Amino acid sequence: MNKQLQLFIKALIDSARDLAPIVIVIAFFQLAVLQQPIPNLGEIFLGTIMVVLGLTFFVRGLEMGLFPIGEKMAHAFARKGSVLWLLVFAFALGFGTTVAEPALIAVAAEAAEIAAQGGVIDNSKNAMADYASGLRYTVALSVGFAIMLGVIRIIKGWPIQYLIIGGYLGVVTMTMFAPPEIVGIAYDSGGVTTSTITVPLVTALGVGLASSIRGRNPMVDGFGLIAFASLTPMIFVMGYGMVV
Amino acid sequence: MTDWLLSFAHTLALTSLDVFPIAAIIFGFQLFVIRKPVPQLRNVLTGFIYVLIGLTLFLQGLEQALFPLGKLMAQQLTAPEFLFGTLDAVPDQVHWNHYLWVYLFAFAIGFSTTIAEPSLIAVALKAESVSGGTISVWGLRVAVAIGVAIGIALGAYRIVTGTPLHWYIMAGYVVVILQTTRAPRMIIALAYDSGGVTTSTVTVPLVTALGLGLAGTVPGRSVLLDGFGLIAFASLFPIMSVMGYAQLSEWHARRTAARDAEERRT
Repeated sequence: MNKQLQLFIKALIDSARDLAPIVIVIAFFQLAVLQQPIPNLGEIFLGTIMVVLGLTFFVRGLEMGLFPIGEKMAHAFARKGSVLWLLVFAFALGFGTTVAEPALIAVAAEAAEIAAQGGVIDNSKNAMADYASGLRYTVALSVGFAIMLGVIRIIKGWPIQYLIIGGYLGVVTMTMFAPPEIVGIAYDSGGVTTSTITVPLVTALGVGLASSIRGRNPMVDGFGLIAFASLTPMIFVMGYGMVV
Repeated sequence: MTDWLLSFAHTLALTSLDVFPIAAIIFGFQLFVIRKPVPQLRNVLTGFIYVLIGLTLFLQGLEQALFPLGKLMAQQLTAPEFLFGTLDAVPDQVHWNHYLWVYLFAFAIGFSTTIAEPSLIAVALKAESVSGGTISVWGLRVAVAIGVAIGIALGAYRIVTGTPLHWYIMAGYVVVILQTTRAPRMIIALAYDSGGVTTSTVTVPLVTALGLGLAGTVPGRSVLLDGFGLIAFASLFPIMSVMGYAQLSEWHARRTAARDAEERRT
């Protein structure tokens, strides 16, 4: 128990150190540059303590739960030798974690509003809800596809740069043809797809897979899934904008 | 207190919504496809609960303390009253160097929020353990944070000057492709990933507030056209800085090795 407590205190100090730069930056600009007092000091102090505690629990939880299960499942799939199930799993993970992502729900609703104002769709509640959910499913599909493609890359050992450069070319080409209203939203949707919980799990999956397949190096081949998940939504969403 | 509890419950519900599909997929596949009990089930479940509690506290604390203050500061720093003394003194033609404090703030807030980004911490922990310590947690985090800081400062400069976003992005892509041909092979995938992990929980809300504040107050800029795009910069520049970090350390190692060889000969 004592050892647990020591570990926890060490983790707490680490989190405090991680957050110190934000506190210093805000304090410096508020007091020295803007020369204004800090409002609601008590509330801000409590909030900062919550952030420190939260980060501590999160990192501890990663090491206890998300990392081991991600890697163990990657090993289990590799041993089972069933590529099909692995791909289904990869797709489900990408699709399932994205479709419920709160940030994406917010962005999709905003996008529907912009589209309605721009006259792309009818300015009615129904049309907007349809557009928003269509957008969400498009992004979720693209992330599922991205994780699946990333897993195929790890299995085959393709160099990542060709796929990424190909993706960039795809984004540039689509930008030229997509309706201008959707471009900004498409670029942003690349950023909102990978949530704080998906990232560690997907990373553990990639690294676990690359270390259990003979001839793959976890450092060279294990990473890169997140990069795909940020790239494909841009292409898919612009495609959605062209079809709708 | 009741307000606090209510908003805490709300955040907890949102975070659970985020965790639930992941848990369902993992346990579903574990039980029905792999058909084995979850190894060390107790630890895994405790870990999930820790992640849930941790993320809830983290988001709630940010919402309560750092976000309002950061957004307020972004507005104040870009307000004409601060930049030009009074409201009437706004010149018709703004010069990019009127906004030096804004660039400095953009750099500092980009750097510090990235250091605290939980997704990046997760990826850095994995990279350190996989690379056997060649890539240190702090080395990677600082490299990414510098990239984000430069990206956001440059993005703020772009909003002020009103130059088209796609020039920067295309130029950035070219640099990334050139670097890819020269950088050590082991870093490439990790570098591409670091572009995706920087734009999440902590960085996005603060940076968006900065962009919208800036686009709203600089004469001649529109919030809709110029307000976004900072996130794109924040995703592109870490790719360059992480590859740059690897290139520098490789160059340094080569030079040290060459010097050692030289010394041994003499």
